Amino acid sequence: MFEQFDALLLARIQFAFTVSFHFFFPAFTIGLASFLMVLEGLWLKTGKQLYLDLFKYWVKIFAIVFAMGVVSGIVMSYQFGTNWAVFSDVAGPVIGPLMAYEVLTAFFLEAGFLGVMLFGMNKVGKKLHFFATCMVALGTFVSAFWILSVNSWMQTPTGFEMAANGQILPGESWWDIVFNPSFPYRLVHTVMAAYLTTAFVVGGVGAWHLLKDRANLHARKMFSMAMWMAAIVTPLQIFAGDLHGLNTLEHQPQKVMAMEGHFDSHPDGAPLILFGIPNSAEKRVDYAIEIPKASSLILKHDADAPLAGLDTIPDDEEPPVGMVFWSFRIMVGLGFAMLGIGLWSLYARWRKRLYDWPLLHKAAVVMGPSGFVAVLAGWITTEVGRQPYVVYGLLRTADAASPLDAPAVAGSLLAFIVVYFAVFGIGIWYILRLMSHAPHVGELGAKRGDTGPIRTAGITPGPTQNPSHDEPLPTEKEGE
Amino acid sequence: MMDLTVIWAFIIAFAVFAYVVMDGFDLGIGILFPTFDVGRERDRAMNSIAPVWDGNETWLVLGGGGLFAAFPLAYAVILPATYPLIIAMLLGLVFRGVAFEYRWRDPGHRRLWDAAFTGGSLVAAMAQGMTLGALLQGIEVVDRAYAGSWFDWLTPYTLLCGLGVVVGYALLGSTWLIWKLDGPGQAHARKLALRSALATIVLMGAVSLYNVFLNAEYAERWLTAPEIYFAAPVPILTAIIALSMIQAIRKARNSKPFWLSIALFFFGMAGLGVTMWPYVVPPGVTIWDAAAPERSQIFMLIGVAITLPLIIAYTAWAYWVFRGKVADEGYH
Ligand code: HDD
Ligand code: HEM
Ligand code: HEM
Repeated sequence: MFEQFDALLLARIQFAFTVSFHFFFPAFTIGLASFLMVLEGLWLKTGKQLYLDLFKYWVKIFAIVFAMGVVSGIVMSYQFGTNWAVFSDVAGPVIGPLMAYEVLTAFFLEAGFLGVMLFGMNKVGKKLHFFATCMVALGTFVSAFWILSVNSWMQTPTGFEMAANGQILPGESWWDIVFNPSFPYRLVHTVMAAYLTTAFVVGGVGAWHLLKDRANLHARKMFSMAMWMAAIVTPLQIFAGDLHGLNTLEHQPQKVMAMEGHFDSHPDGAPLILFGIPNSAEKRVDYAIEIPKASSLILKHDADAPLAGLDTIPDDEEPPVGMVFWSFRIMVGLGFAMLGIGLWSLYARWRKRLYDWPLLHKAAVVMGPSGFVAVLAGWITTEVGRQPYVVYGLLRTADAASPLDAPAVAGSLLAFIVVYFAVFGIGIWYILRLMSHAPHVGELGAKRGDTGPIRTAGITPGPTQNPSHDEPLPTEKEGE
Repeated sequence: MMDLTVIWAFIIAFAVFAYVVMDGFDLGIGILFPTFDVGRERDRAMNSIAPVWDGNETWLVLGGGGLFAAFPLAYAVILPATYPLIIAMLLGLVFRGVAFEYRWRDPGHRRLWDAAFTGGSLVAAMAQGMTLGALLQGIEVVDRAYAGSWFDWLTPYTLLCGLGVVVGYALLGSTWLIWKLDGPGQAHARKLALRSALATIVLMGAVSLYNVFLNAEYAERWLTAPEIYFAAPVPILTAIIALSMIQAIRKARNSKPFWLSIALFFFGMAGLGVTMWPYVVPPGVTIWDAAAPERSQIFMLIGVAITLPLIIAYTAWAYWVFRGKVADEGYH
């Protein structure tokens, strides 16, 4: 019995670990793909070299992140079978087709056009190249669409029938399954999260180079574009998050109780607990700092509205409160910090100090990785908050695992941890190194032009451009 | 009986076949990578697949995801049964996938990433072959779940299958390089192709014989009338193709060896189909036992009917853009 529990816990840790790592990459590539599309579009429209330089600067980073996203994603798609076999068998008829649609409509699109986007600038025309970039960006969005539909269905399942053998089968209409109640909220909130994540990375890199050289036009452009995103999207994101919370209150009330730390019911107006230490054993929040009635005001738009607490939920249906409570606060806190930066940048723009206000630039550098943290915290809120179910109300996590023994899962978990930290750690380091080079005129494309002719397909190559074999290609020396 | 389940079995088989030949030549190049000269030869070999490897690997996601969607029970049984192999394959693919980018970003450690490229490719190919072997030798299923023990997947037979896939991929990779390289690189690829062709033929034969002698049901299928009339053309055609491929390599043909090696794999797959049909998890689970309900099958079939032609079209276009011999330029 205990052995089974161990294997289960290990499988959960393994899933959480691999999916968290995976999601870091799409969170960045969804936004970056759109950013690249905008840059290339601006270049085509205005003909300004600056945009092309920025495109080439970020496309190298994109390529690395994308490769990491792909390899970690493939792990995910097999993980359902390796570690969650019962879940796969039971829920497969409903979620399998949605994931198959993701492969057919998104992954092939991204992968098919990625090669042209990365390597084809000189082989196809500008317009066709731009088209390829657009298709990659579209693919990232479509991918988010399907996988979030899957995840949302697991949170708020609708449109299904139960079979005699215990399988969950699709009902009459796939529409009800795909557009389940939490999906629109989750899609909007997550895609905006990806845009914000990217905006803060781009803004952070721009700010870093501004701190070193205020006159760098490329850094200025990046910083300015990113700050527009921050100023416009953050309020929208907070608004969407609020709506998302209301939707969750309707469909997964115990998740909201855990987020709010409401162990007790409040018949006439529940307080908003800003900080405190949830004490699950005693079922109360210690050292709470609270605003009376504010929670009812936010969640019910009525200060005196009653709100039920976890005392109305059977113990074995409660999610772990501490993790949900904390991760939610981290996300929301970062959301407001982002809003702060956005507003500050507007003020700086108005005062015409956007490019020479070192304190703002330092703050932007610090906030560079904030999107990743917020995204991770958001997912932890979402996923831990729906425990103990994996398909909400239908299938418990404890019943969903594969019939594996603990050592097998422990072994693979260890392998994933070692490999991921090593391989992705190095990848992230390479990315940071690329970011530390200031963007400049003639990013690699023009450089290559003067080291040798640019050849097109089908023509036999002339003398090598890379005379000494162990030397790096000339293009790699740029920026030094 | 041409019902939806049969159609789905063919779609999955197609995805697996597309994966095997397309990622097969990528992985094959990874396996053969150390035999190429450091520097231009390696760079070119890598550049010949850099624009397409991601698309090629996506067929693996379709094969796995499609199995999950169309035959959820099979997915839920095969993966736990071959757990260590799948994990090894996934980790192998991690290493070889990132190597495409990393080796250009870090010339100081390029040899390390080249080794990761080879190691990852080798592990992934071996694991895929062994998984196939484990499936063919049969998986114990009780109550819709894997009921075998820890090391069922590790037998001389599965090792033989693993080796077969490794040399088969090497064949695909080397014939691809004959097509994409010129000069000394091409000559080298030709030498490799000849060797891997011979090894592939020997191992294909060995696996087939092993199959027939190990399993009475398989033997019956291949060696008795009337089945033999359907089955016999497969080995005969395979032999003809193998011979003409060796001819083509010897005669220094450009793209012909590659197409013939694909044909060889095609007949290998066909043979597999004859052996397994109608089981998706031998010896007990047929495709109908494992199939998703009709509603799921229809919903996905609509998606496949619309998207697959498009996918094939733009994939073909992407290959066309990068046609011809590889030059030295990358975008790096
Ligand atoms: C840059 C990222 C980011 C930022 C700044 C915010 N969020 Fe968020 N949030 C996410 C990124 C995210 C996410 C990663 O995208 C999640 C995880 C799952 C999901 O649907 O979106 C999420 C989940 C999530 C949930 C859980 C919904 C559920 O699972 O049922 C709620 C209630 C909120 N968010 C609310 C907010 C509020 C009120 C914010 C205001 C400051 C906020 N989020 C900022
Ligand atoms: C949208 C696609 C996703 C699906 C289908 C999905 C599905 C699942 C499943 C099946 C589990 C089972 C294990 C468990 O409940 O313990 C799980 C848990 C988990 N997932 Fe997700 N997930 C998705 C996205 C994400 C993302 C993007 C993240 C984070 C970045 C995430 C974070 C987690 C965490 C932290 C757990 C562990 C929760 C716990 O152990 O209490 N998930 N998810
Ligand atoms: C457990 C859930 C998940 C699974 C099984 C999964 C599976 C995959 C797979 C197999 C790939 C590689 C595709 C290729 O070969 O090109 C991939 C990449 C990708 N995934 Fe996930 N994924 C999951 C969660 C998510 C989530 C939650 C999102 C976004 C909201 C997402 C967005 C993407 C994107 C945009 C890519 C493209 C590559 C990249 O940008 O890194 N995935 N995923």
